[in-house]
Amino acid sequence: MKVLCAMSGGVDSSVAALELLQAGHEVVGVTMRLWGGASDTGCCSIADVDDARRVAQQLGIDHVVFNFTDEFDAHVVNPYVQAHTRGDTPNPCIECNRHLKFSRLFERADVLGFDAVATGHHARIVLHDGLRYVARGADAAKDQSYVVHMLSQADLARTLFPVGHLTKAEVRERAAAAGLRTAAKPDSQDVCFITHTGGRETFLGDRITFRPATVVDTTGATVGQVEAVELVTVGQRRGLGLPGGGPKRYVVDVDVDRQVVVVGDDADQLDAEVALGDLVWAADPVAHPVEGPVLVQCSAHGAPRSGRLAGDRVVWDEPQRRVAPGQSVVLYDLTDTRVLAGAVATRPIRPSAHR
Amino acid sequence: MIGRPTYLDHAASTPMRREAIEAMLPFLDQQFANPSGSHRFARQARAALDEARDTVAGVVGCLPGEVVFTGGGTEADNTAVLGTVARQGGQAVCSAAEHHAVLHAVEQVGGTVVGVDAVGRIDLAELEQVLRRAADGAAPPVALVSVMAVNNEVGSVTDVAAVAALVRRLAPTALVHTDAVQAPSWVDLRTITPHVDLLSLSGHKFGGPKGIGVMVVRRPGAVAPLLVGGGQEREQRSGTQNVAGAVALAEALRLTDAERVDEVPRLTALRDTLVDRLVDALPDVRETVDRAHKVAGSAHVCIRGVENEALLFLLDEGGVCASAASACSAGAMEPSHVLAAMGVPREWSAGALRLTLGHSTTADDIDRAVEVVVPAVQRVRSFAR
Repeated sequence: MKVLCAMSGGVDSSVAALELLQAGHEVVGVTMRLWGGASDTGCCSIADVDDARRVAQQLGIDHVVFNFTDEFDAHVVNPYVQAHTRGDTPNPCIECNRHLKFSRLFERADVLGFDAVATGHHARIVLHDGLRYVARGADAAKDQSYVVHMLSQADLARTLFPVGHLTKAEVRERAAAAGLRTAAKPDSQDVCFITHTGGRETFLGDRITFRPATVVDTTGATVGQVEAVELVTVGQRRGLGLPGGGPKRYVVDVDVDRQVVVVGDDADQLDAEVALGDLVWAADPVAHPVEGPVLVQCSAHGAPRSGRLAGDRVVWDEPQRRVAPGQSVVLYDLTDTRVLAGAVATRPIRPSAHR
Repeated sequence: MIGRPTYLDHAASTPMRREAIEAMLPFLDQQFANPSGSHRFARQARAALDEARDTVAGVVGCLPGEVVFTGGGTEADNTAVLGTVARQGGQAVCSAAEHHAVLHAVEQVGGTVVGVDAVGRIDLAELEQVLRRAADGAAPPVALVSVMAVNNEVGSVTDVAAVAALVRRLAPTALVHTDAVQAPSWVDLRTITPHVDLLSLSGHKFGGPKGIGVMVVRRPGAVAPLLVGGGQEREQRSGTQNVAGAVALAEALRLTDAERVDEVPRLTALRDTLVDRLVDALPDVRETVDRAHKVAGSAHVCIRGVENEALLFLLDEGGVCASAASACSAGAMEPSHVLAAMGVPREWSAGALRLTLGHSTTADDIDRAVEVVVPAVQRVRSFAR
């Protein structure tokens, strides 16, 4: 097959390209230029593009750079900023996967005559009852099925995850054995357009005007003040200007419009259910269940929680910590292997519904 | 890819002329000495350098002592802008369609950028306003006006003499610089030089090597050097001279000048054929600048409904080397500042394709380009959203 392999300059995508070559595919490496502003690796992550190009040269494959900065602004950065103005907690890496790494790259790959797109994600694609599903990667600690959960049947038919069957240690071993320069490169962890020095506060502060908020407890009594309600996240414990020494208190609700942050104790964070927006099933358009037991992951490295799907919400088997609105909620089968569906946590109708 | 690639990116770089390669080889080998030395080997190198300088001066139409060898076109442009402002104070002025080597230098010293007309030439009325404001004391005095002789992206030709006349009238102390990097293959430099104080050239744009350029400085002492040290090149550019590069540049420039009279009509005909065939075969293809206003080697077109990043990939796959606008340091396509300044709508500029012909171009190249470009455009369009 003729495969377009997304190469970020990291070890996983380097080995993805290597694996594709060893499997006999015709491979072209592509680095997407997504963010044109400041980053921790220099302007337009030039050091990472250099690494990707040098690995491609080592492998003897062509390497190209595509400029998708406009789409990245429109589909990732601007929605990220807007979400904060609503008091939501967005996951920009998932939106980037949805709109850029897959949607935009598929589109380009079609024009250029490629049969498939490959990435270095730690996830697998499995067949089940004649349908394709994203499944957890072989390395449980590095599994990225959560962040690629949005792929449709049509997407999965032309997607390859060449390192999904490997552990991270195996990926590094293969990179080292092939002498790839990225073999020992540290993993990237953070949002690419947020710098270590400036952080989220500087990034958002350059784009929106922060508003102060009153911090109240669950009885409505004022207990503190914050300068930027847009920076407060459900579940947050620090930076709320609360006096120390008392019981641990967490943010349980952020109301940007009223400029109120509600804090409560551990029990106040617990919910009986999570409401789902934009629910999309992997099996679409084939019929799928709307009720039934599921395992649910609510953050990139969160442990699966068990619950029961009931239409547009999941009712937890045991009360669970509140999912911050805007976070992706991914439903897995009961063996915790296959992604069945993905959604976004929406705002509960009543705060602290559990009490 | 079939056979030899079809190279239509001469504005980016040209294949070196065989004669230039042969001219430079002795200076990479036996005649390696530093031309500033005092022994026989040094004298050999010095003689070659002097000879090269004479040749360049002859083609440019200046005195040999006005020819300064630099590390390339960007260094010459940077020195003209930054060196003039450093020595004279005041502000630098340039057009919005300049190469980044001028534009970014002007911006770096807080200068003024003047708009361009629909073909990419500096807007003379706006330039006049800028010069008058400075003359009236409403803005800092103008130290330098820089306009490119031939635009590197779209190929338009600026009447440097007319710009210079305006500057002499309204800002008599200002220097006039022209980035003539794209000019030597198409324009007799002797018709430009008398009107300017500073002029930049780059060896690899006309069959010479990379890493060597020329800055013509016709006002001694008016421009501070960017590099200081041993005082080579009449204190204008320190650093041991690139003798091999200078020799090769001079040979390439001499040949380019001698062949221009035949090459311009030959390449005009090939360029016209290329553009006509593309326009005939494909709807919604526009010649960006009309033929009366651009050089023979330029076949810049805007193709509506096409992303040039995808198009260039398909052309490369088909063995046709072309370009769009400038690429950023990561290698990604950047939207063209030249087309934006000319007011070309985004739906057209997104499909900008620059095919540039040069001394190596043949009729076969044109046939091959048409064979590859037409289906590639059709393919990209067939997938358009």
